[in-house]
Amino acid sequence: MRFTLNGKRARLDVHPMKRLLDVLREDCGFTGTKEGCGEGECGACTILIEGMPVNSCLVPAAHADGARVTTIEGLDGRHPLQRAFVDHGGAQCGICTPGMIMAAVALGRKPTLEQIRVGLAGNLCRCTGYSAIYRSIRRAR
Amino acid sequence: MPSRSVGRSVVRKEGRGKVTGAARYIDDLTFPGLIHARTIRSTIPAGEIVDVAFGFDTSGFTLVDYRDIPGRNIVALIDDDQPCLAERLVRHVAEPILLLAHADREALLAADVRIRYREAVPTYDATTSPIAFKTIAIDKGRIDQGFREADVIVEGEYRTGHQEQLYIEPNGVIAVPEHGGVTVYGSMQCPYYVHRALKVLLDLPDDKVRVVQTETGGGFGGKEEYPSMIAGHAALVAIKAQRPVKLVYDRVEDMLATTKRHPAVIRHRTGVKRDGTLTAIDIDAVIDGGAYATLSAVVLSRGVIHATGPYRCDHIRIRGRATMTNTPPNGAFRGFGAPQTQFAAEVHMDRIAEALGIDPVRIREINALRPGDRTATGQRLGRDCSALAVLRETVKRTDFKRKWRAYARLKASRCLKASRYKEGGSRGIGLSLFFHGAGFTGGGEVKLASKASLALTDRGARILVASTEIGQGTRTMHAQIVADTLGVPYDCVDVNAADTGQVPDSGPTVASRTCMVVGRILQRCAEDMRERLGRLTPREYLKRHGPLVITREYERPTDMAWDDNSYRGDAYGTYGWACDVAEIEVDRETWEVKPIAFTTVHEIGKAIHPVLALGQIEGGSAQGLGYALLEEVVMRDGRMANAQLTNYIIPTTLDTPPIDVVILENPYKHGPFGAKGVGEMPIDGPAPAAINALRNAGFDLREIPATPERVMVSEKQEPRHALHA
Repeated sequence: MRFTLNGKRARLDVHPMKRLLDVLREDCGFTGTKEGCGEGECGACTILIEGMPVNSCLVPAAHADGARVTTIEGLDGRHPLQRAFVDHGGAQCGICTPGMIMAAVALGRKPTLEQIRVGLAGNLCRCTGYSAIYRSIRRAR
Repeated sequence: MPSRSVGRSVVRKEGRGKVTGAARYIDDLTFPGLIHARTIRSTIPAGEIVDVAFGFDTSGFTLVDYRDIPGRNIVALIDDDQPCLAERLVRHVAEPILLLAHADREALLAADVRIRYREAVPTYDATTSPIAFKTIAIDKGRIDQGFREADVIVEGEYRTGHQEQLYIEPNGVIAVPEHGGVTVYGSMQCPYYVHRALKVLLDLPDDKVRVVQTETGGGFGGKEEYPSMIAGHAALVAIKAQRPVKLVYDRVEDMLATTKRHPAVIRHRTGVKRDGTLTAIDIDAVIDGGAYATLSAVVLSRGVIHATGPYRCDHIRIRGRATMTNTPPNGAFRGFGAPQTQFAAEVHMDRIAEALGIDPVRIREINALRPGDRTATGQRLGRDCSALAVLRETVKRTDFKRKWRAYARLKASRCLKASRYKEGGSRGIGLSLFFHGAGFTGGGEVKLASKASLALTDRGARILVASTEIGQGTRTMHAQIVADTLGVPYDCVDVNAADTGQVPDSGPTVASRTCMVVGRILQRCAEDMRERLGRLTPREYLKRHGPLVITREYERPTDMAWDDNSYRGDAYGTYGWACDVAEIEVDRETWEVKPIAFTTVHEIGKAIHPVLALGQIEGGSAQGLGYALLEEVVMRDGRMANAQLTNYIIPTTLDTPPIDVVILENPYKHGPFGAKGVGEMPIDGPAPAAINALRNAGFDLREIPATPERVMVSEKQEPRHALHA
């Protein structure tokens, strides 16, 4: 498969039905994308395909062929959301954080509280009760 | 002097790694030559193993059973009753029997192992189980006299279900055979629990076992004792195969096999005067330990000590029992017995108020513990008792009394008009008042004798503790305490990995003890270091005198006393105090209960890092609302029937109401900068607050979770439980 991963062209020889999550973690070495449930419920494996958030545990590798894929590593540590998640307590244990940040990136700039709540409904966090995540997103600059 | 960091929300130590994806969790690690392991588990709840057959070519596999265990076949903890691998007897579904390992995960998953059993009759009812892991009796005053003084007696039975910790990162470890022993890396709360369990299992000396915590994706108690089991399994395979072994559970296996919160059945019988004064509290609590003892004895202990709730009464009798059933062993979960018993106490308190015709605030104001009062174990409370303060602040902030009366009137008019559907949903507001002891119970901290070390560095100091960062901010908070005590900037304090090869045993990261207890030991290290430095900078000191490492051990405050035989004395160094108010709406078509607002006031001594403290309170409150309303473990024939996130529901963004938090600070004299514990208390209160809100809306529930099925049948008139004495 060929695809653009975090802005760089990549070419891989993998089984077309291999989970994109495993391709990213095992074949590309990007372990920032996490697995929490393997059934599309927790959102820890959220990445962007063509800017849209998906659960990479439910996406076969073939589906990303020719697509633009972005993982947490693709934000280069410079996205305002990343700093905000540290400052405002949006990250506690951190395991949901990469997926949560990617889902938040997909919300675009200045989402309303209601847009955040609906947009993150597929991303589970067991640590924060979500309040600090809302604060992190709303205060990101 | 550098600016103080305590009380400020400084940048958390590992924050950047967590938001960039650079932080390494166990499944992110690999080693050369690594193979994968899989656990073969029992499929029956009780019986004997008759025969094991392999339906695959075993060449290329590493097979491990109990005969490969060099030391004792137990998961060493308290009672030493739980085998690491079953030999002949099986006591629960998902009990580990065999381990398989292979370099290829596909081949590993395809391997077919057939086990024949001779089945026995399982026990599922904790209240009638003949086997008790632990019984505890607490007596204060004379219960008969208390009931004689009562005008009214109120009785009730309350039930709580299992709860799954549901850390988002499942349990996992990697074991690496090295230096004639083994090193285990893993997701865990208590490296030294694992260290000890491995020494016993593998018959190895201290220095041949090394345990290193990797970044841990949540614990909530679920990674207190269970990692000793999974680490043992991986280590056995690694030693036999002489290769690194990864054993990481998927979500289903984690939910089927690992520990959960103990279900409980709690009966209350309370004597009360017409003016609302409690005269007698009689409690019988049974918790379901599951198939092996694990931590049940200490869960029960914390449970019964908190069972009265934060109330004063001269005559108290509490009987607690942790019993055995043929279900997977239950274990540590945030709150550790107190959420169960305080759920019962607080729902019962609203029923007492109702029986007397007074409001829920008044009954609590009359009976709340004050400084100078004595608890059920006879502990005299100091000035840092804040029950009334948190109650009053919460009531004021939520306009509780007005709302409570308004919803109650609405309920009454709805009954009269029978026009229930016109109203849309039914709303209610409920309150809970609760407390939580910080640190190990009774003499626990003395037995632990935790140590912490501080090493002088060029810039400041390095913290050496076995306390783990599991999301709560251990590294950050410890560094703040040390920085301010030593008089160096926060950035000049760094924190060593929780690696048993490098750090002393600071005890487990549990029991709301990491800040108050371990933080205090570190503070004493820093005080001593400050004194040793005198006028020298760290760099000058090192140049002149060479390396400096200061180690200190836990010292019990001299004003504390505890007798484990009579269960009398100071059960905890101190308590945190809190009050929750939940406002709920019941959908009259689906019978779903939706929390629409939640307020909590927590008194925690001192918020070392306000953002982290707030995070504990918000997160624990949300987890408590899940416990109250959503999270149901369905046990069918001793097996969790809904062991996946599709149908074990934890709160999402849409299920979680706005959480309004107020932090009050009433310092504890033996805590670092006055801090008490904060991690567990938030989960004690949401369930009774939500169920009391349902009562206010016209639903009489005595059991959680309040699933739609239970809510649907609970709308009725209060039967006459109040017996006039």
